[in-house]
Amino acid sequence: MSLNNILDQPLTSWMKDPGPDNDIVLSSRIRLARNIGVIPFPNRATEEQLNQVVETVKNSVGDLTKETGTAFMFLDLDKISPLERFVLVEKHLISPVHAQEAKYRGLLTGADGVVSIMVNEEDHLRAQVILPGLQLEEAWQVANSVDDILEAKMDFAFSERQGYLTSCPTNVGSGLRASVMLHLPALVITNQIGRVLSAISQLGLAVRGLYGEGSEAIGNIYQISNQMTLGFAEREIVENLQSVAGQIVEQERLARDYLFKNNNEQLADRVFRAYGILSCARIVSSQEAMRLLSDVRLGVDLGIIQEIDPKIFNELLVKTRPNFLQKIAHRDLDAMGRDMMRAEIIRQTIKRQT
Amino acid sequence: MLCDDCKKRPAVVHLTKMVNNEKYEKNLCEQCAKETGEAQIAFQPKYSIHNLLAGLLNFEPGTGAALTKNQGVMPVCDNCGMSYTEFSRSGRLGCAMCYTHFSQQLEPLLRRVQGGTQHAGKVPGRTGGTLMLKNKIQQLRQDLQKYVSNEEFEKAALVRDEIKQLEKDLNEKGGE
Repeated sequence: MSLNNILDQPLTSWMKDPGPDNDIVLSSRIRLARNIGVIPFPNRATEEQLNQVVETVKNSVGDLTKETGTAFMFLDLDKISPLERFVLVEKHLISPVHAQEAKYRGLLTGADGVVSIMVNEEDHLRAQVILPGLQLEEAWQVANSVDDILEAKMDFAFSERQGYLTSCPTNVGSGLRASVMLHLPALVITNQIGRVLSAISQLGLAVRGLYGEGSEAIGNIYQISNQMTLGFAEREIVENLQSVAGQIVEQERLARDYLFKNNNEQLADRVFRAYGILSCARIVSSQEAMRLLSDVRLGVDLGIIQEIDPKIFNELLVKTRPNFLQKIAHRDLDAMGRDMMRAEIIRQTIKRQT
Repeated sequence: MLCDDCKKRPAVVHLTKMVNNEKYEKNLCEQCAKETGEAQIAFQPKYSIHNLLAGLLNFEPGTGAALTKNQGVMPVCDNCGMSYTEFSRSGRLGCAMCYTHFSQQLEPLLRRVQGGTQHAGKVPGRTGGTLMLKNKIQQLRQDLQKYVSNEEFEKAALVRDEIKQLEKDLNEKGGE
């Protein structure tokens, strides 16, 4: 695996491999926050101390490769361009915050993109596991074993009372953030999404958009995660979210069923209009793309459109992002240039199918 | 409605303040609100969880501000040099030792933003001490109760014996 591979391939494992309830649950993600002993957290550490963290983490590359059977590599964020860093954000390998400051910042990642570890983001280590479909339990097991491998070489900051110590008190304890990414078009069309989301927030869960904190829900994609990290066992957090996600999936299925049975003609019209625009349009904004792709995907999931492989949606989700477009184009593009490029890529991808 | 301050531009920020149990209301335009600093929160372009936390820290009676007034000195972490004032501004701690140095102030905060104040999850082998054993015993006690209430007494007896054995291990380790 090379750097180019990580950057150029739009698809990581969670986007192309099948998973349970994959028609609604795009991915399941587990993130663990860890810090090393008494080294100050990144916001307070000197450059020397940040470098010390980087060197310590590099020591684990071999162990991770050996014990997981997947090739791991360390990527120095300072050695790639800002554009490339934002491509990593669009691929969900690093966070937007992590892309901004590059010096002594790194990414430790496996070849398949299932495991990625941000080095010196808000905490020294942020290990993330993403799997396709609803597989939180499985993702937690992978994260847990990765954590064990890392812990073999590092003394993590830990207290008996507060658990794993993190820079922000909202992560302390288990350091665990579990989340699922859900495509909920039918709940939105039937105006039920508000009811569902407010129920979710009463269960101690947070709802966000596609790119995490502060991002809005575009393309009917919602990310749901646990808010509290202290006072619960990891298993409890994971099981709680898994069961809530399962119930939302049921609700979405019911809503899809209802639409299909009672509003078939309107639904088909909506889906084919979106399909029509995407297969012919010459200028498509990011917002429009997300909205129309959501409609087409709903049509594919319900069998209204049959000639398209549902996999292309996850691919297009990444490929049509502003930074990735410029990476493909090998040049800077202005807003109009990006919208033209986006339209072209969508047309090509859809045509490839038919 | 026009802005209370400049009386020219339309008011878009509506503030309600409680000072000494008296309610003040003010309606400002965007510009005046920015100038008086009244609406910082509303206009921060990237309002994040940290700002929210910092807000909690600053306005919580009996912890942050009030407590330090009584002491006269702001606590400072002697490992990383982070002061409590800085933490309450940024919402981020500076190092693991901050949790010890600011424990008095953090405890009420954690009670508010978290599900509890006692860690109940995974314990690292290297730095976890005897906690792994303690947690295991805790977990087994819960199982025991479940079995007893389900009247599965055979299973309950097994769990009880296991707890006894672990408690023995714990005492031995503690005595080392």
